Amino acid sequence: MIISVASGKGGTGKTTVAVNLALTLTETETVCFVDCDVEEPNAHLFLKPVLEGSVEVTVPVPIVDEEKCNGCGRCGEICAFNAILPLGKHVLTFPELCHGCGGCTLLCPASAIQEEPLEIGVVEWGQAGSVSHIHGRLNIGSPLAPPLVKAVKNHAENKPERAISIIDSPPGTSCPVVASVSGSDFCLLVTEPTPFGLHDLTLAVDMVRELQVPFGVVINRAGLGNGGLVDYCKAENIHILAEIPFDRKYAKCYAKGGHLVHEFPEIKRVFQDLWHAICVTTDRV
Amino acid sequence: MKELLVISGKGGTGKTTIVGAFAGLAKDSFPCKMTVLADCDVDAADLHLILKPDVRETKEFFGLKRASMDRMKCNNCGECRKICRFDAITAHEGRVKIEPISCEGCAVCFHICPNQAISMKDVIAGHRFVSDTIYGPLVHAKLGVAEENSGKLVTEVRREARRIAETLDSPLIICDGPPGIGCPVISSMSGVDLALIVTEPTIAGIHDMERLYSLARDFDVEVAVCINKYDLDYEMSADIEEFCSAHSVDMAGRVPFDEEVVKALVKGEPIIPSRSTGQDRESPAANSIRQLWAEIFNRLF
Repeated sequence: MIISVASGKGGTGKTTVAVNLALTLTETETVCFVDCDVEEPNAHLFLKPVLEGSVEVTVPVPIVDEEKCNGCGRCGEICAFNAILPLGKHVLTFPELCHGCGGCTLLCPASAIQEEPLEIGVVEWGQAGSVSHIHGRLNIGSPLAPPLVKAVKNHAENKPERAISIIDSPPGTSCPVVASVSGSDFCLLVTEPTPFGLHDLTLAVDMVRELQVPFGVVINRAGLGNGGLVDYCKAENIHILAEIPFDRKYAKCYAKGGHLVHEFPEIKRVFQDLWHAICVTTDRV
Repeated sequence: MKELLVISGKGGTGKTTIVGAFAGLAKDSFPCKMTVLADCDVDAADLHLILKPDVRETKEFFGLKRASMDRMKCNNCGECRKICRFDAITAHEGRVKIEPISCEGCAVCFHICPNQAISMKDVIAGHRFVSDTIYGPLVHAKLGVAEENSGKLVTEVRREARRIAETLDSPLIICDGPPGIGCPVISSMSGVDLALIVTEPTIAGIHDMERLYSLARDFDVEVAVCINKYDLDYEMSADIEEFCSAHSVDMAGRVPFDEEVVKALVKGEPIIPSRSTGQDRESPAANSIRQLWAEIFNRLF
């Protein structure tokens, strides 16, 4: 079973929910934690895995053999990303704009273009207690997150022993999030009871509905503000599966990278109930 | 004209709260000129929730074109499926189909289809707005759900904000930045006069601030740091200050945790309204943000 944790707004507590759910489940299940927020991966700060291996992730970018180039300019016409600019027989390439579609290589009439790998980041994995941990780290200055997200997920799929995978997704609703959430059996949308939280939840709901992934809502920092969140969920027939109250002591525990479910028994109960609610919603009882 | 970007790496550290307060403070600092505001978080834009804009112009934003198939011409030969690197073409029982959500718009299938069955169609990927607020013009946008956030819409928002600022002879553009360090952040950051990183005293806040700082340094952008909710963990706040002094980064301010911030937010108001609204708000966070603004103002002008 794959459970993704997402939110439109950043900083609502995705990583908190994902990590503490994983820690709760390890008592009864084999858990694989997959951090897909490759721009700002954070879950390892809480799970503290011992890393065992890593692999570079690359995208194929063009390299032009100017000896063979006949200056036809076809590569520049077909590139949808403005990543290749022919100036007569001198061809400039912009690897950071390239999506690696392979069009220029395939369609060059003079077969003057080959591909070479450009590193965009790494996938790293290891063990955090009984949790297998996988994350991706995007190289600083590399704009292309989605191929790395896909590489992280592919790596997780090769772990045969996992019973439950928990995916920590990046914030927002655009392509890196879609790459993270698609294919999940269930998605938890984490929000907070403020107008920002509500507004961005509505965007996230549109996204998971478009992806046709069943979902439920977790309210973090409950009690800090209201902003019509509960009314919205009621009107849209969305299940609120858990509420984590706001308390300075929880904020302090999070600040240091602590585990809420280990330090606070009342929070542990919240996560046990959350898991039960997920099981009921997905008919996994 | 100066451009100030407020950014964070990690989401939810308080960027938009600070930008909302700066909007009112800038109005008071420049009584005869207009500051232009730009929300560069086009994926989950929130600034409009506290600035209450009156939308006066809406423009469609076209992203990359997407592949579309003419079923009458397609003979299901599957050539397109072989070359697509984004798994955007699938086959079910020999019938080839385009999955629009996975299509990146590279058009390679369009070029190689032996039956000319594929065309590239324009897609409305979002909308860009120009609005009036009591603080000055606001340029903002909404990217469609599941669209590519390539940074092009961010660039479009910034270009329009600059055009308006030039027309109005504005002294300042304040940009609310997106989270992360990828495409939209790079588009928000290039060429700004100062990036104010809003961080929080948590292990994740510090980690993300460090990655963002490296990115800013790669792009030669000047950086200042502000710790929001600094009193939630004094030790972590001290770590942030240590990082700043080790890297010669300006520590521009510290803002305490303050429930007034949440109360103002729930009302849909900035934590500091402009004096021109006839209101004033005293609270620990509001006072610290006033000091922060004075610091930033001195850095810029």
